[in-house]
Amino acid sequence: MKPKMDVQQGTLALMVLKTLDVLGSLHGYGIARRIEQISGGLLAVNQGTLYPVLLRLEQEGAIASEWSQSENNRRARFYRLTRAGHKLLEAETRDWEQTAAIIARFFEVKAGDLV
Amino acid sequence: MRALNRLFTRLLNFTARRRGDERLREEIASHIASQTEENILAGMTPGEGRRHARLKFGAVEAVREDYHAEGGLPFVENLLRDVRYALRVLRKSPAFTVVALLTLMLGIGANVVVFGVVNEVLLHPLSVRDPQNLYQMRHKQWTIGRLLTNSYPAFEDFRQRNTSFSGMAGVYGYSVARLSWGNAVMHVHGDAATGNYFDLLGVQPQVGRFFHAVDEHGPNSAPYVVLSDALWRKAFQADRGVVGTTVDLNKHPFTVLGVAPAKFHGAERFVWPDYWIPMANSELSLQSRRSINVTVIGRLKPGVTPPWATDNLNAISAQLGREYPETDDGQPLRLIHPGLWGDEGDVIRGFLYSVTVLALLVLAAACANLATLFAARAADRSRELALRVALGSSRLRLVRQLLTEAVLVSLMGGAAGLGSAKVLLGLLNRSQPFVGQLTVSVDARVYLAGLALTLGSALLFGMVPAWQMGQSSPLQMMKSGPVDSMHLRRFALRDLLLGAQIAICTLLVTASLVAVRGMVRALHVPLGIQPHGAMLADLDLNQEGQADDVAVEKKKAAIEAARSIPGVTAAGTVNRTPFTGGHGIPIFRAGTTEFKLNNSVLAAYRYSMSPGYLEAAGTRLLGGRDVSWHDTAKTPYVAIVNQTFARKMWGETPWGETPAIGQRFIVSGNLTEVVGVAENGKYHDLEEPPQPAVYLPLSQSEQSDTVLVVRSRRSPGQMAAALARALSGIAPNVPIAVHNWADDDDLEGELFPARAATAALGVMGLLAAMLAVTGIFGMAAYSVSRRKKELGIRVALGARKTQVMSAAVGRPIVLLGVGSVVGLLSGVFATRLLGQIVYQANPRDPVVVGGAVLTMALLGIAASAIPAVRALAVDPSKLMREE
Repeated sequence: MKPKMDVQQGTLALMVLKTLDVLGSLHGYGIARRIEQISGGLLAVNQGTLYPVLLRLEQEGAIASEWSQSENNRRARFYRLTRAGHKLLEAETRDWEQTAAIIARFFEVKAGDLV
Repeated sequence: MRALNRLFTRLLNFTARRRGDERLREEIASHIASQTEENILAGMTPGEGRRHARLKFGAVEAVREDYHAEGGLPFVENLLRDVRYALRVLRKSPAFTVVALLTLMLGIGANVVVFGVVNEVLLHPLSVRDPQNLYQMRHKQWTIGRLLTNSYPAFEDFRQRNTSFSGMAGVYGYSVARLSWGNAVMHVHGDAATGNYFDLLGVQPQVGRFFHAVDEHGPNSAPYVVLSDALWRKAFQADRGVVGTTVDLNKHPFTVLGVAPAKFHGAERFVWPDYWIPMANSELSLQSRRSINVTVIGRLKPGVTPPWATDNLNAISAQLGREYPETDDGQPLRLIHPGLWGDEGDVIRGFLYSVTVLALLVLAAACANLATLFAARAADRSRELALRVALGSSRLRLVRQLLTEAVLVSLMGGAAGLGSAKVLLGLLNRSQPFVGQLTVSVDARVYLAGLALTLGSALLFGMVPAWQMGQSSPLQMMKSGPVDSMHLRRFALRDLLLGAQIAICTLLVTASLVAVRGMVRALHVPLGIQPHGAMLADLDLNQEGQADDVAVEKKKAAIEAARSIPGVTAAGTVNRTPFTGGHGIPIFRAGTTEFKLNNSVLAAYRYSMSPGYLEAAGTRLLGGRDVSWHDTAKTPYVAIVNQTFARKMWGETPWGETPAIGQRFIVSGNLTEVVGVAENGKYHDLEEPPQPAVYLPLSQSEQSDTVLVVRSRRSPGQMAAALARALSGIAPNVPIAVHNWADDDDLEGELFPARAATAALGVMGLLAAMLAVTGIFGMAAYSVSRRKKELGIRVALGARKTQVMSAAVGRPIVLLGVGSVVGLLSGVFATRLLGQIVYQANPRDPVVVGGAVLTMALLGIAASAIPAVRALAVDPSKLMREE
């Protein structure tokens, strides 16, 4: 079994935003499951930690929520991306890609290349 | 913008107390239900599925905490919760709370009072323009009682010849007058100043105008008076119309020019003049170089340093000494900042700073006391605290909670301290126990100091239990009952605190005993006079402008009138009583021809008196005769000298008598024969070494002021009335003020430093003693209550009473001993500190040491008596049944 990775600060929020972007309106459990699926079970996240993140995103206006019926007829709170959330996701994605690209370039550089 | 939005939402949540609790609980329930369902579908049993779902979700409490942290203002919420909790805890143990509050109130209150006085006296600048550049010229004191002021001509010489001052003004601060306007009469005192005075100080009038240099054109050219704010309000009901009207000062008309601002009291802090008049119109002689009454203040030119200016002034002084050898001694000068009675500034500063240090020590002792109390409480609550740690509360939260409790207590105690300090300062202001005037205001700086002291002490005593908390492990705390938790380490800290407290307390008790000794010494210094049983009456006979011999006849008549009052044993007049100022005058040996100051052998206090004065004043005549009315300007000049005078002039015979009687010397240019020797006394202050003094018959010397001294066997009240009646017949138009010599302001003033020291140190010592009692009591009572069970077992096993006693209160008693020794030793090392407060402080004085030891022992016994009794009363059978 591979060791699980800790989640970096802020990346969980980005995962939540992307999930909602892809899947539309979704409840907390669904989001947790989705993140688990996508990460292939490699993330060491207690599912519960999701809820404070959801609350913060909601307070920031990136997502909105309401009570509704889930697919198996259970009452659950559904979250969806707002317009501000879309914008935030775009900006965060751009930032993330930029950072990733820079880091990737650092890994590509070999000792000889700098001479 | 987002952050702002969020803060706003949080604030809203916080104020609306909207709890996301319900919503979160539902979401969690739904989440776990979904997960369980899925687990069951995957083949787990329902129980297993549920357990796995919970595991996967994580610690619900932690999530909830985080959720809350996101939702509201966690810091403020926690703070509020801590405060509420602390209040509840404090309410639960009212005795502890009251003791803690009282301790803090006393400690902080004492400090605020002291700081208020320091603030008023030392930290507030004089209310003049640029007080830092204002200097006062002082002569170097070459003999006690030599006036450190200048004559007016000398002032003019300094003003014209110096090159370092941008301006110089002269002040005569002893102007007294009878102010009369309309039908009203009032005795007032004020300053006579040169015309440039107000401009030099840079003060603006609140009403009317001030006088200026251009208003003066020689003697009596400027009959103007400026009123102080206080006089204006008291005598003229703050009537603006008074400006321009004419009032009489000593029957001379003066025009009221204006009113000084309320905060302006001249260049001295403690002497508040009622009025200012131009020097040209005062009683001061502007010609005589012998009348040395002008205080010189000035401002340096830009770029001139005080040492440079001093050199400049010294050169001029030396010049004047050569030009006027009979009157100017050419002594070097110093520059000081005016405001604190000239050189008394150093004394006052030393006194106040030392008292501040002692007050801070009291607060330190109070903090040590509270730290012990809080630490003991924290130890008692260790189980509760351990439980909370085990339940997942972070250690930081607990520390913060303990600190919140400490800060809360100290804030309440500090507020009480500030409040009581304010009341006390108000009382002080109203009763004016100070010499001179001083109104201590409680301003922002005092409040700030109070707050700083409060928070500082909270940190000091709050850190101890918090630190202890951080040290201990919950497991151990849970495991061990209260008895066991007496770690050696923890007790060592508490011991240290109590020891420090006792040491500080001993130091303060020593200090107050030293002060009391100083006070007793000051009260028993042989003054050379007997103020008790004597009345003083100021006779203003010269005002009438009578010829000298007429004035002598008037005085004679007054003395006769006084003597004829039944019960009067002696009466006489003198130009001024001791301790009312005056200065040494040069004495020359017989045969001296050049009366330069450098040729003089002594500077003696000179008293001009009538026959009978010495008896009335209670000054013993050791040999020879009193002066008599037959000693007149036509008979040979005679004098009575004191022992010091005789010894310094003519030495001593082996059996201690001086061969003074019949000897001659020259005073004021007259060859004078000694006819009597009087006992030594104090003439200027209580601390002075023996000073020479000479008494001349009033008929052979000028006597400007007249004080009638009457000794009687009757009560002061009866005597005052009888005397006033008798004198009104002699001089119907002369104002007469009669008062008891023992209540004399000047005499009181001399005792003031000793009184102030005794009061200040006495209060501190008392506070410290109270703290020591509560400290020892607290510690002993605490250890007895905690070890009750152990003591019970010991008693049951047959321990003797002494053993139980030593087990119960042994530790505090040992600490008392060690702390007292440390305190006594530090008292010896703090001699210099105490020396600032008490003249000739001697903490090694056996009476002081013995007193301190006795006090501490009594305190110790008093404080540990109750716990010891309680320890002895332990009933083992009852105790065993209890648990």
